[in-house]
Amino acid sequence: MSNIPADLKYTKSHEWVRTLANGNVEIGITDHAQGALGDLVFVEVPEAGKSLKAGDAFAVVESVKAASDVYAPIAGSVLEGNPSLTGSPELINSEPYGAGWIARMKPNGAPAGLLSAAEYQAHLAAEG
Amino acid sequence: MSPFLPAFFIGDARSHPEKILGRRTPLYDLHVSLGARMVDFGGWDMPVNYGSQIEEHHAVRRDAGVFDVSHMCVIDARGARVREFLSKLVANDVAKLKSSGKALYSCMLNEQGGVIDDLIIYFIDESFFRIVVNAGTRDKDLAWMRKVAAPFGVKLTERTDLAMLAVQGPNARDRVAELLPGEHRAAALALEVFAGGQLGHWFVARTGYTGEDGFEIMLPADEAAGVWRALNARGVKSAGLGARDTLRLEAAMNLYGNDMDENQNPLESGLAWTVSFEDPGRDFIGRKALESLKSSGLGKKLVALVLDDRGVLRGHQKVVAAAGDGEITSGTFSPTMEKSIALARVPRDTGATVQVDVRGKLLNARVVKAPFVRKGQVLVS
Repeated sequence: MSNIPADLKYTKSHEWVRTLANGNVEIGITDHAQGALGDLVFVEVPEAGKSLKAGDAFAVVESVKAASDVYAPIAGSVLEGNPSLTGSPELINSEPYGAGWIARMKPNGAPAGLLSAAEYQAHLAAEG
Repeated sequence: MSPFLPAFFIGDARSHPEKILGRRTPLYDLHVSLGARMVDFGGWDMPVNYGSQIEEHHAVRRDAGVFDVSHMCVIDARGARVREFLSKLVANDVAKLKSSGKALYSCMLNEQGGVIDDLIIYFIDESFFRIVVNAGTRDKDLAWMRKVAAPFGVKLTERTDLAMLAVQGPNARDRVAELLPGEHRAAALALEVFAGGQLGHWFVARTGYTGEDGFEIMLPADEAAGVWRALNARGVKSAGLGARDTLRLEAAMNLYGNDMDENQNPLESGLAWTVSFEDPGRDFIGRKALESLKSSGLGKKLVALVLDDRGVLRGHQKVVAAAGDGEITSGTFSPTMEKSIALARVPRDTGATVQVDVRGKLLNARVVKAPFVRKGQVLVS
């Protein structure tokens, strides 16, 4: 069973969102997503300053077997992409909710329309 | 996150009990118990990996791994005129098969020279050859083969009673030999490259699809799980179809449906070496079409590419070159080289460098001599 931390918010397209103490957010892909992709070998992270609408494709993750877009879970501007992923894309496999974060963003207003851990769990079961 | 590439790679059969079931090999339960991620592969529920595709890939390059290839279709062809039948059926020449056990890789073509499938033929005796074809093409292959076989009175029998394991890697043959009784052990280790033999219940062949030494074993289905576990106990790593794909691509071996199909001929698919025109009297199916293509001039070729820029080459990406556009037929990240590699069909005059359109960006790639990797060694820079 994939790991779904209770303190994060989620999207149906398998991103997670962590609200940081200063109100900014950290974004990555879920344990389920990294498991489905398999070993990550290339990540294209967004550049700082980029302005995004919710649902914009803003990063690309590629495993040995497939490439996937990562979508912005919320509107806002990119503060930084995770520089460690250029040399170590496998961090997404080993620590999808930690060192494998993809980007930090400054949200436009309070994040809305995201799923709770329980709702994401139910979504995974239904998508099954 | 949303995958925009092979749908069959995403998913997990364990969490989809209500899904329409795919076909299962005799090893399905074993794969699930080993924690495999099961995916649909041409209508079959197959293991794509058992945790890490890259670790499985390295195990085969450095030590030994075992693959379930029971989905492939084993067909026994029997009859007094079986050699004549095969001489007509395939583009390579079965006259090259002189000693029992010897194997031949070939394509069978349609009248237009397009590839119906690629296959391996083992010569057992003058009235018995064994043929192995791809899983996804099984039905059309059998229909075609039966049609061609009829005038020769050759009987084709699907061996669904057999499982097939590919044990590959520098230590694979030794690990398999340890499982054989003494009288068969020496015989297995004495097999020449691309030859096989019946050793008790097992047909053991020194063939594979990884660029490493090893065996492919056809054995009674009910013995397969025990053999798999015995191999695991001897350090042979379970390996899935994901690793099989990266290994074969590093070895620059074609995959049917990606690198060639019914609309492509072997001469423009890097497979000219498998077409034998030497015997002028041998009228194999597709010969006339290939000869006419040769005389009018071939327009395309299949080349091996190494990506110099960061990124990953994938099937169907556009190749841009001075000689004209081409297309990636298979692309991946090479775990051995830690770079992206690909096979691509490009205009005949394509030079040493090309660009590939990867999601709107033109990335620089080089044409190199295939294969990329063989027997653990990287052969290109």
